[in-house]
Amino acid sequence: MSDLKALEIKDLHAGYGETEILKGINLSVKPAETVAIIGPNGAGKSTVVKSILGLLNVISGDILLNGKDIVGVAPDKAIKQGISYVPQTHNIFPNLTIIENLEMGAWTRSSGISERIDEMFQLFPDLKIKRNKVAGSLSGGQRQMVAMAKALMVDAKIMLLDEPTAGLSPKFQAQIFHTIKRINKNGVPILLVEQNAKQALEIADKGYVLVDGANKVEGSGQDLINDRNVARMFLGSK
Amino acid sequence: MWETFGFEFVNFYLIPGLVLGCIYALGAIGITLTFSILRFANFAHGEVMMIGAYLTWTAMILSDSLFGSSLHPLLAAIPAVVIAIALFILVDRYFYKPFRAASTIRVVMASFGMMLVIRSFVQAVWGPNQLTFVPGIAKPNELVKNLTLSMDMMILVPNKHFWIIAGTLIIMLALSWLLTKTKIGKGMRAVSDSPELAKVSGIDVEVIVKATWCVGGFCAVAAGVFLAMDLQMLETTMGFRMLLPMFAAAILGGIGRPFGAVVGGLVIGLAEELSVYPWFGNGSLISPGYKTGVAFTIMVIMLVVRPSGLFKGRLF
Repeated sequence: MSDLKALEIKDLHAGYGETEILKGINLSVKPAETVAIIGPNGAGKSTVVKSILGLLNVISGDILLNGKDIVGVAPDKAIKQGISYVPQTHNIFPNLTIIENLEMGAWTRSSGISERIDEMFQLFPDLKIKRNKVAGSLSGGQRQMVAMAKALMVDAKIMLLDEPTAGLSPKFQAQIFHTIKRINKNGVPILLVEQNAKQALEIADKGYVLVDGANKVEGSGQDLINDRNVARMFLGSK
Repeated sequence: MWETFGFEFVNFYLIPGLVLGCIYALGAIGITLTFSILRFANFAHGEVMMIGAYLTWTAMILSDSLFGSSLHPLLAAIPAVVIAIALFILVDRYFYKPFRAASTIRVVMASFGMMLVIRSFVQAVWGPNQLTFVPGIAKPNELVKNLTLSMDMMILVPNKHFWIIAGTLIIMLALSWLLTKTKIGKGMRAVSDSPELAKVSGIDVEVIVKATWCVGGFCAVAAGVFLAMDLQMLETTMGFRMLLPMFAAAILGGIGRPFGAVVGGLVIGLAEELSVYPWFGNGSLISPGYKTGVAFTIMVIMLVVRPSGLFKGRLF
């Protein structure tokens, strides 16, 4: 059991149509791990997440969810298989109430929806008070909470987060990272794509540095923070 | 006051305006849902209204020849609804779905073509001439008349108008329940909000598309039958003539806002009828010939001043 991976990507080549953006990605997420993907703009970080979901064209390579190949599986089926996905933008239904957003996240579930909603309200108590407010009326940080709660309505085998702290104030950023760690502690493996490299690596068990569609450096979160090259490139230090 | 002003205003302008508004509202619901969920302006919507009315008429004639008594239009509309929804779904499957990934203008053109196909089909089957839907003079509802007489007013609502207004109210309540209480209705609102997010939330968008045609088809046939009940006759251009005011109603209410479409429909229906009321002096405010221009004017003003509509609908 120990070498079973929640998610494993082997030599993935993928892109939009014929344009190859990912040129050989290898990464894995073990159960109970938080894994961060960092890298410069245009390195293909979000593309990795989109290929896992089946949103774009996989040219070659394998994507294994709990050992099962999911290449070519349509997005709605991929979600049903237990991928919890929080897109970077447009990740809530603004004209639906919070509770309706959660119900939409549970579309593929046939039972246990109200229990799951209660669990989400325990994880995000702020949302419970505003449960009948339309999600579009919330602040940026709260919207992100709704997006995460909505994504977690599936029985998540892995959670994919695409830049969850982009555009948020530092206070909310810290809160989001804290929440991600809590979700992970509850037993959900996490694959996190982040611009805020340092904070992401701080909560990550493992990190990958993506450059030009391939992973250049990998290591534990702390090792990458201490790596001088990585630090110079992404962490803003000299 | 009632004698000199109210009687004429209420019975000859306000009630017909409300009735017309109800018909626009029902048609606009389908237009606004298709626009927001499938992302295109469906030009064939008016034709489904029209064929729904023709099918209802046929069911009435059939019941008359088989059982010796003609069904009430609202009962005869039931088979028409089923056929019209099947038609909507078939047309979507074979004529619109292949264009789903292409640019919007193609499917708009496809719907324009479908509009001509359906109209020609109806002309071929039922003939190009006007048909009488319900013969005779529409008598006012006695109950409403006597009730309002006892209050020193006399409101004359023909039975057909009574049914149209009551029917629209019931459909609105049912629609409200569907959209806010059922899984499929909430899914429709979710897809209307963001189809991309709906897809990555595991929502089967094709199921939602079918549900949209069902709701749109139902409301379209209701609108078509109500229109035929109001006019008491059928003609093959009756749906097409409704198209502009229905689009105006959908835009006025905000695209993707079914209840906005209802408000928009009522506003436009009332505005059209009240624009010919003799507000100043004896002549009507504008010549009745320009009535249809009212909807167009409202639509243009809305698009310039507030393109998202009264209820903050989507912009494309």
